[in-house]
Amino acid sequence: MTTEELKNLEVAKTVDARGTACPGPLLEVKKAIGSIDEDEVMEVLSADEGTKVDIPKWCNKQGHEYLGAVEEHGYFKIYLRKK
Amino acid sequence: METEQQIAELQKQIEGLQKKVKRLENTRQDQLSMAVVSGDMDKILAVMIISLAAAAMDTKVKLFFSFWALAALRDPKKKPKGKDFISKMFGMMLPKSKNNLKLSNMNMAGMGPAMIKSLMKKKNVMSLDEMFQQAAELGIEITVCEMSMDLMGFKKEEIIDYPHLRYAGATTFVSDAGESAMQWFV
Repeated sequence: MTTEELKNLEVAKTVDARGTACPGPLLEVKKAIGSIDEDEVMEVLSADEGTKVDIPKWCNKQGHEYLGAVEEHGYFKIYLRKK
Repeated sequence: METEQQIAELQKQIEGLQKKVKRLENTRQDQLSMAVVSGDMDKILAVMIISLAAAAMDTKVKLFFSFWALAALRDPKKKPKGKDFISKMFGMMLPKSKNNLKLSNMNMAGMGPAMIKSLMKKKNVMSLDEMFQQAAELGIEITVCEMSMDLMGFKKEEIIDYPHLRYAGATTFVSDAGESAMQWFV
């Protein structure tokens, strides 16, 4: 997905994990994934650059669809679709 | 007639293969088993961070704590009674809890761990207390080596309250490790 497409996604839930370092963001994502429905999009905010690499791997293992990441000032917005 | 015999033969082979696959699958479960022997702060931190990451991936985590690592499971608020002289000495010389562990490098008489702790706070890394709390919520299992407890004179009454904690022997670790896709020694 292009940055433009990512920015226009309809987000069902935003997880702000900027206040926690590895492995905090992944734990927050794991806890929050249960609160959205299948095919809905989750947005994860993380200041930890590792999360950007970890989330695609997590999605791959859990069977969710990784959509992409957008870099903002000092943090990342990472998108995934629940499957 | 010959075809029937061949089919029967094939069926037998398939059944044999199914049994083998089942046995192999059981040795490659989505599970991480760690034998944690070191009581250094840096190693215990690594153990907890990797365990939490694995649990976030829905990988079952089983930790086997023995020898120096037992100090990380002590609760400083608990005062066990009836220890003999050597046990008391061990108890005094070893860290009183996970928050009193030493660094394997750059310990500098306690300055190193204090520095790491303040850095962790600054960089939003969970403290060991928070990590154990998360581990409990995620169902990470801790098995405490009964023999090490006895050897080092630790009493069950001084071990932390943790919901998924049990006491067992090395065989339990070997059995858990045998069915895990990942087996590590720290």
